[in-house]
Amino acid sequence: MASPIKQFEIKPLISLGKIGDTPIAFTNSALFMFIAVGIIVAFLILSTRGRTLVPTRWQSLAELSYEFVANTVRQSAGHEGMKFFPLVFSLFMFVLVCNFVGMIPGTFTVTSHIIVTFAMAMIVFLTLCIYGFAKHGTHFFGLFVPSGVPGYVLPLVVVIEVISFLSRPISLSVRLFANMLAGHIALKIFAGFVASMLGAGVWAIFAPLPLALAVGLTALEFLVAFLQAYVFTILTCIYLNDALHPGH
Amino acid sequence: MDPIAAKYLGAGLACIGMAGAAVGVGNIFGQFLSGALRNPSAADGQFPRLIFGFAVTEALGIFSLLIALLLLFAV
Repeated sequence: MASPIKQFEIKPLISLGKIGDTPIAFTNSALFMFIAVGIIVAFLILSTRGRTLVPTRWQSLAELSYEFVANTVRQSAGHEGMKFFPLVFSLFMFVLVCNFVGMIPGTFTVTSHIIVTFAMAMIVFLTLCIYGFAKHGTHFFGLFVPSGVPGYVLPLVVVIEVISFLSRPISLSVRLFANMLAGHIALKIFAGFVASMLGAGVWAIFAPLPLALAVGLTALEFLVAFLQAYVFTILTCIYLNDALHPGH
Repeated sequence: MDPIAAKYLGAGLACIGMAGAAVGVGNIFGQFLSGALRNPSAADGQFPRLIFGFAVTEALGIFSLLIALLLLFAV
């Protein structure tokens, strides 16, 4: 039986030469990113092509996804936050579609690699840092000084706020990556139990038990795939809210 | 002690930290439910805050998982 980690292996599909000692290649990870972007673009363009006042099923699905993200942005970052809507909507759709494409057996889960999620988290982090400094200047540091804290604990609170601010891109990226990685490994291990029980003589009668668990876990993974995309989105909105209104 | 064995023991020990996150996440959803059942009409509006609390609490458990993964694959 293949190792549960094997599904995350990155294979070069088309080699594009080398830069220094680093091989540059079009990998299966890149392929599935293109597939995810293709699905999103096709979905949004095709569903809004024949716009009608009474929406068709596909059009209402596209409107639903727009309204869902727009409401999240408005609730968490206010109406000013809507200027970041394109970024937030792109991140949500990309993470959601990558997670769902990864749930198809035999495919590659792009978001199960820390480098992909960390890059997305750094986009959010740098956006809020640059925008915060550009808009508020040094007032942006007010983020680290909560109001109403007594003076003698203030130095400690400021240190904690700075650490929690700097750990944001790490926790944002590791959360998504770890959830995807752990979920897919768990699925693979339970699927492996079915195979090894079927090969164990009389114990084969118990093989349906891990199979049922694997089916249940698959349903749970679909929930997690959506929930993690939503968590990524809502945390992005809350962090952007800090850049928009840094005073506590 | 054999350093390889110590590495795997450390990874296992780091995972104990996730128990704390489990308590915290359970606490958040439990408190949300008990509040939501008392005032169901206000529950929907608090959903983003529920998810935010869940995410922040889960992050601490994720950090201990990160230590375990670093010990297994990076050290």
